[in-house]
Amino acid sequence: MSEHYEPLQRRVVTVPFVLLGLVALVGLYYLGVRFVNGMGAVTNLNGGFPWGIWVVYDIVVGTALACGGYALAVTVYIFNKGKYHPLMRAALLASLLGYGLGGLGAIIDMGRWWQFYNLFLPWQMNFNSVMLEVGLCVSAYIIVLMIEFSPTVMEKFKAEALQARLNKVLFLVIALGVLLPTMHQSSLGTMLIAMGWKVHPLWQTLHLQPLLAVLTAFTMGFAIVVWEASLSSIGFRRTPETHLLSGLGKIIVGLISVYLLIRFGEIIYRGKLSLAFAGDLGSLMFVIETALFVYPLVVLLSPKGRENGRSLLWAAVSMLLAGSLYRFNAFLITMDPGQGYSYFPSFPEIMVTLGLVAIEIMVFLFVVKTFPVLPRDHQPAADAKSAA
Amino acid sequence: MADTEFDFSALEKRLNVSRRTFLKFCTGVAASLGLGTEAAYAMAEAVADKKKRPPVIWLHGQECTGPTEALLRSEQPSLEHLILDLISLDYHQTLDAGAGHHVEELKRHAMQENKGKYLLVVEGAIPLAQDGIFCKIGGQTMVDATREAAENAAAIVAYGSCASWGGVQAASPNPTGAVGAPQFLKDKTVVTIPGCPPNPANFIGTVLFFVTYGKLPPIDGKGRPKWAYGRLIHENCYRRPHFDAGRFATEFGDEGHQKGWCLYKLGCKGPETYNNCPSLEFNNVGGGVWPIGVGHPCFGCSEEGTGFNKALFSLSDVKTHTPPNAFPTIDSREDASSATVTTAALAGAAVGAALGASAVAGSKLGKKESEQE
Repeated sequence: MSEHYEPLQRRVVTVPFVLLGLVALVGLYYLGVRFVNGMGAVTNLNGGFPWGIWVVYDIVVGTALACGGYALAVTVYIFNKGKYHPLMRAALLASLLGYGLGGLGAIIDMGRWWQFYNLFLPWQMNFNSVMLEVGLCVSAYIIVLMIEFSPTVMEKFKAEALQARLNKVLFLVIALGVLLPTMHQSSLGTMLIAMGWKVHPLWQTLHLQPLLAVLTAFTMGFAIVVWEASLSSIGFRRTPETHLLSGLGKIIVGLISVYLLIRFGEIIYRGKLSLAFAGDLGSLMFVIETALFVYPLVVLLSPKGRENGRSLLWAAVSMLLAGSLYRFNAFLITMDPGQGYSYFPSFPEIMVTLGLVAIEIMVFLFVVKTFPVLPRDHQPAADAKSAA
Repeated sequence: MADTEFDFSALEKRLNVSRRTFLKFCTGVAASLGLGTEAAYAMAEAVADKKKRPPVIWLHGQECTGPTEALLRSEQPSLEHLILDLISLDYHQTLDAGAGHHVEELKRHAMQENKGKYLLVVEGAIPLAQDGIFCKIGGQTMVDATREAAENAAAIVAYGSCASWGGVQAASPNPTGAVGAPQFLKDKTVVTIPGCPPNPANFIGTVLFFVTYGKLPPIDGKGRPKWAYGRLIHENCYRRPHFDAGRFATEFGDEGHQKGWCLYKLGCKGPETYNNCPSLEFNNVGGGVWPIGVGHPCFGCSEEGTGFNKALFSLSDVKTHTPPNAFPTIDSREDASSATVTTAALAGAAVGAALGASAVAGSKLGKKESEQE
């Protein structure tokens, strides 16, 4: 396999890298304050909104954005589309980092985080909890992602014997890597069922919640692969992989169509369509969200749109925003816990999230430059030496 | 399920309850035992089948008949019908219509006839001091009556705290030497349903399990059915979040007490008492009717060494996680908008940066592709 991937032999410390480092430092500072003085000192969380952006962005949206590894694994290994394999390692790395961020987000958002380990003690488990499945499944998947990604590390350190042994059982790990996200991504939707009337009727779809969650996560997974591949081909001045990405565009069209059918079918069936035109915040957010879902559908429907790198990228961005907004709307923006509670993240809260994202990007840059992650570039760009 | 069609019409007449009410009851009992609908159906059939009703010998020792009273006052529809029809209650000192030597004779007759098949329920403590002279029924001491009845019993249930570990009369100095049934019948397995009074649901669930499956449900080291006594009250208490956040009522009627905060500092024994009160509440009245629910600290009635032994208002030993020494302040954040210009701008900038990077990449991608063509 080593002939397919190679590290980008470039400088790690660049101007963007340093800027990201500064953001990370500010985030880490406030993270320190959170652990010394508690959640109340740093966040705007309150009795009505115990979950802020640390949960909704870092976990709910963050893990969906990290579904690239999941979506590609299903495509490559279940539908046997081997041609997408070159994109696999970068997607896995992004997934690993995204899920790592999600796991970290769960711990820093936990009031009594030092009791986290109880989640893994069978005699302490509460099998009636919606959170248990998500918590266990996400932690298991982080480990699975580490194993899935480990061949890259072994290749770097030339541990060939170990790699050969791992390859024999890797199919089991890959199977888990497909199963686990299906489970917990749908369970993230299940949480909305438990929140009942607090969730705006346009987003409260009850038993359809898990299906919509896993569908959008899946679509976002493909969109992030497109986004990440497009940005690295520009950022690292490499040959664009548009020929591969346009195939993913086709899958995205299918998934969005199914999603929109179910979403609108439910809304019409339950007679909630008038709420979409109520003229309030909920209807505005619904219209924006729907427009963001429809845009990639329209663009990617035509072969011309799919084969053009720029429109493909914009469709992916729109899809990512749509999926993220769907989650933000349901969990935060239109949620009404009553009793006059409202929530907007505080400055330190946002900085912690941005800091963690900055660290995530920094690690990604470092790893692709030192480990064999990206597919070998067959026609190296002329200006490679001045690149990011 | 298809082959379990069962005719409940005879039962409807016998118990004077509708089939629906009856099945709902069985499902409820099965659910509180952590069993599924198939178990509920099996229980329903077992109750409906007259042949399966086990004879029951019910002894009263040193006690106030509280457990029996609690059982009779269950608010579930026709529960007393059910419990009297579910078992064949051959001998029960409080409920028997007859009295005197005639009833005692009937008891011996029933025990002889159903050797090894009857269920023995012990209610009340057994005094051992001075050869047990402190409690006699029909001239026979409780010690002898219990030993005699336990000899050929299919199963023994100690119902109530007195029967389980001695209860109030076993409290120091315990002049009568009162002990519970398990301490007296050391060589037998005794299922205990402690509580003062015990929750009738815990008794009915255990007996229904016995009737249905012919064996007793899994029990812990103190003989308590695990399904009912597996967790501390503290673990499932709905005042628990207040405990964790450091919000305590410190006096009856103070602000914290009125707001329903944790009763730990008023001496609540929930942190050291095993029972399912928080989930079942009491006497099926609903609406939060059980001691902690109505604002009184739990006094640990079902826990040996706690109820009647520890002072009512002394702090309990917290068996799980102790509260921290210092709590963060809790500020009221209702009706307060938390969005500021800075934070809104920052959130916008973050989304903008991601979009901007995509835009730059998009335009470059377009250029590159047009160059290639």
